[in-house]
Amino acid sequence: MTAMGIATAERIVPNEGGENVLAVRNLKTAFRTPNGWVEIVKGISFDIAAQETLAVVGESGSGKSVTALSIMRLLDPEMSRVEGSVKLSGRELLKLNRAEMRDVRGRQMGMIFQEAMTSLNPLATIGAQIAEVLTIHGLMSNNEAMKEAERLLDRVRMPAAKSRLNDFPHSLSGGMRQRVMIAMALACKPKLLIADEPTTALDVTIQAQILQLIKQLQQEEGMGVLFITHDMGVVAEIADRTVVMLQGEAVEADSTDAIFARARHPYTKALIAAVPRLGTASGNGQPQHFPTLDRESGQIISGKLRPDTIRHAAEPVLRVKNLVKRFDLPGGFFSGPRGRVHAVENVSFELRPGETLSLVGESGCGKSTTGRTLMRLVEPQSGEIAIDGTDILALDKERMRDMRRHIQMIFQDPYASLNPRITVGEAIAEPYLTHKLGTRAQARQKAMDLLGQVGLSPEMANRYPQQFSGGQRQRICIARALSLEPKIIVADESVSALDVSIKAQVVNLMLDLQEKFGLAYLFISHDMAVVERISHQVAVMYLGEIVEIGPVKAVFGDPQHPYTKRLMAAVPIPDPARRLEVRPISNDEIRSPIRAADYEQPKREYRTVSEGHVVQVWGSDWTV
Amino acid sequence: MARYLLLRLADAIPTILLVLTLVFIAMRILPGDPALAALGDNALPEQIAEFRERMGLNVPLWQQYLNFMGGVFTLDLGSSLLKNTPVITLIAQNLPYTIELTLVAMAMGIVAGIPLGVIAATNRNKLPDNGVRVFSLIGYAIPDFYLGALLLITFSLNLGWFPINGAGEGFVDRLYHVFLPALTLAFVKAAFLGRLTRTSLLEVFGKDYIRTARAKGARENRVIYRHGLRNALLPITTGLGLSLLSTLSGSVAIELVFNRPGIGRLLISAIAERDYAVIQGGVLVFAMFVVLINLLMDLVYVVVDPRVKVQ
Amino acid sequence: MTTISEGISALPPAPGPFDTVRRILFRSPTVIAATVMIAIFVVVAALAPWLAPYDPLAQSMLKINKLPSWENWLGTDQFGRDVLSRMIYGARNSLLFGFISPVLAAIFGTLLGVVAGYFGGYTDRIISRVVDLLLAFPELLLAILIAAVLGGGFWNIIAVITVAFIPGFARVARAQTLSVKQEPYVEAAIAVGVRTPIIILRHIVPNIMAPIVALMTLWVASAIRLEASLSFLGIGTQAPNPSWGNIIRDGLNSLFGSPWPIIGAGAAITIVVLAFNLVGDAVRDALDPSTAR
Repeated sequence: MTAMGIATAERIVPNEGGENVLAVRNLKTAFRTPNGWVEIVKGISFDIAAQETLAVVGESGSGKSVTALSIMRLLDPEMSRVEGSVKLSGRELLKLNRAEMRDVRGRQMGMIFQEAMTSLNPLATIGAQIAEVLTIHGLMSNNEAMKEAERLLDRVRMPAAKSRLNDFPHSLSGGMRQRVMIAMALACKPKLLIADEPTTALDVTIQAQILQLIKQLQQEEGMGVLFITHDMGVVAEIADRTVVMLQGEAVEADSTDAIFARARHPYTKALIAAVPRLGTASGNGQPQHFPTLDRESGQIISGKLRPDTIRHAAEPVLRVKNLVKRFDLPGGFFSGPRGRVHAVENVSFELRPGETLSLVGESGCGKSTTGRTLMRLVEPQSGEIAIDGTDILALDKERMRDMRRHIQMIFQDPYASLNPRITVGEAIAEPYLTHKLGTRAQARQKAMDLLGQVGLSPEMANRYPQQFSGGQRQRICIARALSLEPKIIVADESVSALDVSIKAQVVNLMLDLQEKFGLAYLFISHDMAVVERISHQVAVMYLGEIVEIGPVKAVFGDPQHPYTKRLMAAVPIPDPARRLEVRPISNDEIRSPIRAADYEQPKREYRTVSEGHVVQVWGSDWTV
Repeated sequence: MARYLLLRLADAIPTILLVLTLVFIAMRILPGDPALAALGDNALPEQIAEFRERMGLNVPLWQQYLNFMGGVFTLDLGSSLLKNTPVITLIAQNLPYTIELTLVAMAMGIVAGIPLGVIAATNRNKLPDNGVRVFSLIGYAIPDFYLGALLLITFSLNLGWFPINGAGEGFVDRLYHVFLPALTLAFVKAAFLGRLTRTSLLEVFGKDYIRTARAKGARENRVIYRHGLRNALLPITTGLGLSLLSTLSGSVAIELVFNRPGIGRLLISAIAERDYAVIQGGVLVFAMFVVLINLLMDLVYVVVDPRVKVQ
Repeated sequence: MTTISEGISALPPAPGPFDTVRRILFRSPTVIAATVMIAIFVVVAALAPWLAPYDPLAQSMLKINKLPSWENWLGTDQFGRDVLSRMIYGARNSLLFGFISPVLAAIFGTLLGVVAGYFGGYTDRIISRVVDLLLAFPELLLAILIAAVLGGGFWNIIAVITVAFIPGFARVARAQTLSVKQEPYVEAAIAVGVRTPIIILRHIVPNIMAPIVALMTLWVASAIRLEASLSFLGIGTQAPNPSWGNIIRDGLNSLFGSPWPIIGAGAAITIVVLAFNLVGDAVRDALDPSTAR
């Protein structure tokens, strides 16, 4: 083992076969910029054996994707410079000429990317795109290649493979597109598969399917896999060995077991701390701070135990009853609607002062629409939303304007949440002035105070949003939401776009603010790690309905509804021992909330599991 | 597909009616009395009365509207005051020349423009790219009638290689006559299409699926043509529609420069002669061309892009 | 309270409008040359009465269709008028159309587009239907058709060009409004209870101006060319008033006279349009990178 901060050159886990599929030594990649060459990858070394998976993990800008593209030599040769050594089965790739490199790509190394949609040619059928790999390398005739494409689609567990051959990419779901990409990458039986964040854009249950598929195919084909990711949970699921990258350097490299058991570098520890451990949360049962990395001491600090912030005796500050929102899909010129999106179906919940309720679920489940309905950014069809006992759906425009003081929202994208033409001070003061709570000078003072509250310096009030990083902008958005001293804050995927370490800081800030001001949070997220940290209660949404709701410990620890179980099983957890298991993961797609125009929502019944833990009674369409 | 075609045609009907109505309204808001405009301020009262009678201006507006719409659908657009010929006959005489000029110019523009764009995009920031850039800058700036006049002065007047007016008779002679006018329009088209092809291709080259094609080990030519140009053809198709229409509008001035028969020249001289019925007819022909070419482009798009839903 | 481990990014403060203009106009030698050309053109137009050697309307039977000479640098036309003087006054004409029409069209078009995009519903449907229909027409064709009905003359031509440009601005403004309206900062303002007019003026309009201004600069060139085309066709600036378009028209009518009026006026149009196109491209690249081609 070499010291921290220096790339480890030797293999940590000896591979039985003895032969390395890939050997990377001191890889350095620089990009040409107007200010000269900038080194993005600063000397990375690792080996991958046959049948072995190596994960390269890091946050955005760490150079992990550039590493992958450098190995494939897919970077624009005029804009980049790659040095060091990359040996594929002992053959030096960096010295090959263009024609030789072409023969290696696709044939000996396959690659899959994060965005399967944009990575597939929209104008060619998926069959043709898969067959192309085989014909390019002269392995087969067109007809044979088409037959092989069908077999490959079968191998990536594409349902009804034969009938899909002539489909275009746009008619497939995200998960299916990624299967096509995998089929394409594996067509020539390469020795190495490079997967660059292949599951990041996918929902968690689909992610589990794709990870499973990659594992199975790897065992069947005996290839090496280089897996690029930012998620330590995924690393634990799939990788034999792991390289942790930070700002272009490998700060730690070891077997995955060792990394999880005894990470040395504080950065690695912080990454691991950010992964969910479902249902096993320790402490006093209250939401907890993320452990954070103190840059000065290099130590991981866990927050102190938090007191119970819920005012149990108080009336609920927010009460939602039988909320329904459907969107019509416009039909033709002469016909009625073609169908309806049942975005929110009969949703009911309560939120007490100082409490956090999380809405979790996958894309299309209606969690965001629920949040937007509460703000009356969209108008629901029916239902009741009571804030402090007042039904806000009955309010006229003027009275609703007043009511908005009590409920505020923080959005997902910190880069789009602030008007680029207005200083952050003005942005924070705007709500205050809109509601005529004081003079301009007072508003300014208030803005500066709030900047302090969210951990920024008050002098920053005169700057424009462009001058802040993502995490800082999200703090500014929180300050803006706080300027009206609301009782409820709806946080719609508010930390999802942030890197792991920044995410932890913003979540901790939100917890502190809750403690200080007794805020009630409605936290909308697909990220189980954050939900587990921040919530008192959690509600699982599926196709517009809440299928299970209750205290976070009860729902995550003892899931009842089949969908909740599937969701829990899909969440990657930081237990490297699990990676060898092949778990029963359903191959189902996430169903669509679009229904025929004459669809009648079935009557639902609910069953109480334990105190406060309620689950929808499911029908025969769910097999447990 | 046939169903889509029918639906799309049905959808074009309101547009056509709207255009016809706009033309009708526009012709009636012509400032001043059309009779005075046509006959001049010194016209005698009985001349004016006769004119109004002939143009059907003596009936209430709604009836004029119905007459107008009925006329359009029975191809009865009234007759020219000066030439004493039915407008539809004048249109029938002139239309072939305009179509001929437009199509020849388009063909020349496409044959020159798209390859220029490909060469420029594949040699980005090198000599061929800069050459194409200079060419397209000039093509964007030079007015077509000016270019036409220069070509006319140089090749017809001074060198005598080409005729100075008319459209010719017989296939070869007509091609000979249409060459310079078409070249003029094609120059501008080639500049437009060249630039469009270049930018569309460069945009496609930045797409992830181009990287995928390279990751498959595809040769550069395959990447450029199979994956690149095919996808770039989508914006280029839109560009071709626009280009066809702007060639058509450019033909008006070019017919004037080269003294060729055509709808454009018919319209312009009718304006000069205040020939009311002919102006209306000319405006109608151009408006219908616009509607039809747009319709055609929509249909082409369905064929080229599988993502356009055929419902 | 956690300490912030992210540093303030090293971005310089947002540049002022003056810096932006300087950055655009001095970004490359080509753009500088174009800027200089435009400056010369503006000066010539402004000082036309002092620069023109003759009265542009003064006819002389003694010197008809003369070739260029020391007396008349670009020769004379078929009425014996000095071509250079007509071109200098023509510059004035082009400049007026070139600036007035795009500005008017931008104002009306943006208004229509913002209203359609922000309020949606039937307002949007009606505006969009008409705008889409007009957009199907190339500007030149639309201008010819409107001019065919309206006739020539200064204000008619302003109206014709303005109307021909409005749909383009309306479309861009509508599309931009639709996308900005989706931005969380607009939703945040709605959520806070900010009133609609203030949302439009404070959060929407400033954020859609970049592409509008970019389009406006690009269309100065189009307006100049459009006016020249209409005048060439005889439905623009009316004789005897000088316009670069009708100088060429007159030149063609006496084909066997001197070619210099045609060559001179055409070159002027080409150079000025080229210069405005180059500056327009530079403005667009700087303000609206999303549509840069």
